[in-house]
Amino acid sequence: MLVLSDFLILGAVLFCLSIAGIFLNRKNVIILLMCIELMLLAVNMNFIAFSHFNGDIAGQVFVFFILTVAAAESAIGLAILVVLFRNKNTINVDDLDSMKG
Amino acid sequence: MIIEKLIFYVFAAILVFAAARVISVRNPVHAALFLVLAFFSSSAIWMLLHAEFLAITLVLVYVGAVMVLFLFVVMMLDINLAVLREGFAHYLPVGILVGLVILAEMLMVVGRWQLDKNVVKTAVETGSNTEAIGKVLYTVYVYPFEIAAVILLVAMIAAITLTMRPKRQNKYQKPEQQVNVKRAERVRLVKMPAEPRE
Repeated sequence: MLVLSDFLILGAVLFCLSIAGIFLNRKNVIILLMCIELMLLAVNMNFIAFSHFNGDIAGQVFVFFILTVAAAESAIGLAILVVLFRNKNTINVDDLDSMKG
Repeated sequence: MIIEKLIFYVFAAILVFAAARVISVRNPVHAALFLVLAFFSSSAIWMLLHAEFLAITLVLVYVGAVMVLFLFVVMMLDINLAVLREGFAHYLPVGILVGLVILAEMLMVVGRWQLDKNVVKTAVETGSNTEAIGKVLYTVYVYPFEIAAVILLVAMIAAITLTMRPKRQNKYQKPEQQVNVKRAERVRLVKMPAEPRE
């Protein structure tokens, strides 16, 4: 019988993989965006697991909204990426220092 | 329920493998394709949790739209992969260390998670999952639902205005060139012999 902690552990593993991915690929903006998508997937996994085991449909509605916002976020992120590449001809994070932050 | 457990572990293994390949593979196109695999297997796991609507939405919206967008952008940009991979080996130990530490902490928290037995199960799912979500979404959550629609509209307009290049057909001044102009570029003094009088 599957229990709640199985799904929570799976979500935790997924989340930590994406954190490690952000550390490893910190020069490539495209992979960073993909890691953010993986993180949101892990969070959604937790939401749906709790929703199922609590018998409360509200968790699934929240996942619906997270999916909406994540789609909007990745669309705008990729648009910014395209503009960035058009202007600076690179997507290397180290080269994006024109604001001297 | 041994079958259910077997299905869960198979898809969880595929999911973790795909996620590990997403962060470690060299080519961004392959990373996007492994992310598609991860979305598919997690949608199968959501099916196990009786969240059929969201599982289908994940496949349709993410695999069908977002990942296609990713693939378009990856293939459109001509990126130098060698430069982007430079720090990989350098950051590998610290990345693995941080990941393992956070994983250990999270496992300590969620590993033995038990639901409170006193929690009253609010809604017993009868009928289809889509119907249940729809009933809640259009009554209790109708206001956030409309805000989500507005967010999508704003995102669409923002993405279009960011990437649209207007045609250069209007003529306008360039102030930096106007300020830097030298006298010699504008005026030419010519010395000519005077015309003799008739």
